[in-house]
Amino acid sequence: MTQSTLLTIRFGFGPAGEQPRDGDAILESLRGADRMRAAFPTVTTPEALELVRTYGETGKAMRQDKAGAKAAHEAVVEQIRALQRRMPRALFARIMDSDTPLRERLCLFWLDHFSLRHKGLGGLPLSADFIDGAIRPHMTGRFGDMLRATVLHPQMMLFLDQVNSIGPRSRVGLRRGLGLNENLAREVLELHTIGVDGSYTQQDVRQFAELLTGATFSAVEGPRFVPGRAEPGSETILGQTYGRPKRARLEDIHAFLDDLAVHPETARHIARKLAVHFVSDDPAPDLVAAIAGAWRQSDGDLMAAYAAMIDHPAARDATLGKARQPLDFIGAAMRTLGVRGDAVMAMKGQLFRPATLTALDVMGQPFMRPGGPDGWPEEAEAWITPLGLSSRIRWAMTMPARLRPQLPDPRDFVQVALGETASARLMWSVGAADSVVQGVGLVLASPEFNRR
Amino acid sequence: MDRRGFLRRGAGLVGCSLAAHPFLTTVTLASGPWDARLVVIILRGGMDGLDALRPVGDPAFAAARPGLLGEPGIPLGFYAMHPALAPLKPLWDAGELGFAHAVSTPYRGKRSHFDGQDILEAGTGLDMADEARRDGWLNRLLQTAPGLSSETAFAIGRDEMKVLAGPAPVLNWSPEAALTVTGQSRLLLDELYHADPLFRDAAQEAMDLAELAAPDTVSRRGAALAGMVAQGGRNSVRKLAGFAAERLYNDTRIAAFSLGGWDTHRRQDQGIGQSLGELADAILTLKTGLGPVWGKTTVLAMTEFGRTVRENGTRGTDHGTGGAMLLAGGAVRGGQVLGRWPGLDEADLYERRDLMPTGDVRAYAAWAMRGLFGTETALLERDIFPGLDMGANPGLLR
Repeated sequence: MTQSTLLTIRFGFGPAGEQPRDGDAILESLRGADRMRAAFPTVTTPEALELVRTYGETGKAMRQDKAGAKAAHEAVVEQIRALQRRMPRALFARIMDSDTPLRERLCLFWLDHFSLRHKGLGGLPLSADFIDGAIRPHMTGRFGDMLRATVLHPQMMLFLDQVNSIGPRSRVGLRRGLGLNENLAREVLELHTIGVDGSYTQQDVRQFAELLTGATFSAVEGPRFVPGRAEPGSETILGQTYGRPKRARLEDIHAFLDDLAVHPETARHIARKLAVHFVSDDPAPDLVAAIAGAWRQSDGDLMAAYAAMIDHPAARDATLGKARQPLDFIGAAMRTLGVRGDAVMAMKGQLFRPATLTALDVMGQPFMRPGGPDGWPEEAEAWITPLGLSSRIRWAMTMPARLRPQLPDPRDFVQVALGETASARLMWSVGAADSVVQGVGLVLASPEFNRR
Repeated sequence: MDRRGFLRRGAGLVGCSLAAHPFLTTVTLASGPWDARLVVIILRGGMDGLDALRPVGDPAFAAARPGLLGEPGIPLGFYAMHPALAPLKPLWDAGELGFAHAVSTPYRGKRSHFDGQDILEAGTGLDMADEARRDGWLNRLLQTAPGLSSETAFAIGRDEMKVLAGPAPVLNWSPEAALTVTGQSRLLLDELYHADPLFRDAAQEAMDLAELAAPDTVSRRGAALAGMVAQGGRNSVRKLAGFAAERLYNDTRIAAFSLGGWDTHRRQDQGIGQSLGELADAILTLKTGLGPVWGKTTVLAMTEFGRTVRENGTRGTDHGTGGAMLLAGGAVRGGQVLGRWPGLDEADLYERRDLMPTGDVRAYAAWAMRGLFGTETALLERDIFPGLDMGANPGLLR
């Protein structure tokens, strides 16, 4: 097996389409601009905040029966619904057209690492902005920058209750008898940085939660730091002291997040997650060590971490033991079928929904609705279940003919989809298929296409 | 992390692999010590209990809902059933249908579907930490009876059923999971998956699930059920209920599925009728398919919260608090509405807008499990519904 096909499967969506095919070129391609985000935009940060503000204000006015409020609210609802149609299409369109497929895979990885879900239509613009405003700009930079952007993003503060966390001895806390919510502090330590096996204690969680007070978000006023909600005094977390006895500042939160980003346990925790996501459900210890070492030496430079992973011999192990997650499976299948980004953007709901969103529901990965802040499971066994596999088979047998009226010859299609990773068994089966639809379906339903 | 991953998998798709649970390859095992059957239907979206079971005897009721009471209900004394529940009237007359009114979970205040459903399915009070809400109360019931086979409990349908999720083995089935490929495709897929055990076993189990889904059509009961499911059409609730009935008729003891369409913010007169019609259809499908086993069966239909007492400006109702739950089955002491009616005067309402809950849905579920499976009160109040006070026996079973 040549390394190039293996790398396109492990770090992309398979060999179909224009893309770099060796380790150095894959890394080099990430250094360029994020052209797919520009080609298929969703929402800018100011637009997202404006939509959320208007949605909140007009909704409130409508409940107060103010004149004209209903029409105004319906207008903003229609704008958000348009975004609701555009956002998932844009994500798939980027996968179709990207000449840097690793960037799209990384986007899904980091979105899962910082898992969240929004409540209701009003939360949708913030989720779109979380991807395009907090994750994508920082995927090839320093982890510390991504950590600041994601932890303090409105959607994360809403999802993990930071907006309800108030210093008990702060001005607001004393006046209204309110207190801390530790949810964000705990999950940042447990999931986003040093990991549940890390050396933090309940006292660190508590102190971090106190440090975070003041950071908040409201639909009307946007993200902001309110000193009156901040617990007075400095906090000691993981042995270091942050903040000052006097007035609380957002900069003190930033200082701790910066330290957390380069903490050796953060390096180890995320190195392992990268290795598990991209290489193996049970990664070789020296692969994890190499990524963690690069992380520590570069102070959390993500390109250095990716380079250590892609350059490692384990990345060239010919055993593909993982399963493509449902979104990757559908993305890879559509890309292999030659569906173009523009066609995805223009797709009617009656095709786009069954091809993507409804299929994701049935395959067990409802779009942007993970079960909790710990994100989607990685193990192949979590996805290749009776329900998961039968929905993939059903997709493989029915959707290609709807997505691409002129289906390719299955014997060619198997080459496009899998190159030389196709087994003799699969080649034989494709040859024995009694129709083109069945032959193409067999390729997409095969273990080889569902593994990575 | 390990615990979470484990629970996630139980909650997500299908909890069981073929290797761990031999029933699919051999003769089905008997399902432990239990003989009674329990079906839990989660009504997602907030069913308006005040429309499903209208308190027409309360003088404040009609005034609160001038636009919602078009077609008169089916009189049951102080209450009247929504006309869409008319097909269930014979069950009421036979003592196989009842309700509990003015009930809720401990959830208060925010009226969020997501949080409300999480709490309903976790069965915890609000004082429990998030971590503790990750398994469901039906799964904790299973955990109290070791040695049950995996087919004891089925989560049915595509929706994640957190109420059944957790460490105890549970099978999931949905119409989409059953793999019905035939002929050449099946042979070729067998060939493709042969060398990869993960794919081979999952595909085999999916095909077995398809066979499980096919009801016995030899007996009169089976034929009646098959006919009912066939008439239901493609996306009908009868598929879910029919599968549940067939499994429960055999070795399954507990089944859970959900019905949607209850979030009736506008044109409630249209929306809720359809959803109540589906609920009635599900119950009648269960009764048909269970045949003689219906006599041992309890169906509990519950929702995350009720809706506002007053109708809103779009001929609908908004998220509220107290609501109704429905009880059906031959094991139920029907023909009665349980619970204490709090009244609808403004001073009687919760936050001056919602029906004041006077009972906890968990207490009714707990008493049902106590009666059906003999589960001890201490277990129910400590492990299955942590912190619940079951109160006096409401007498919901025969």
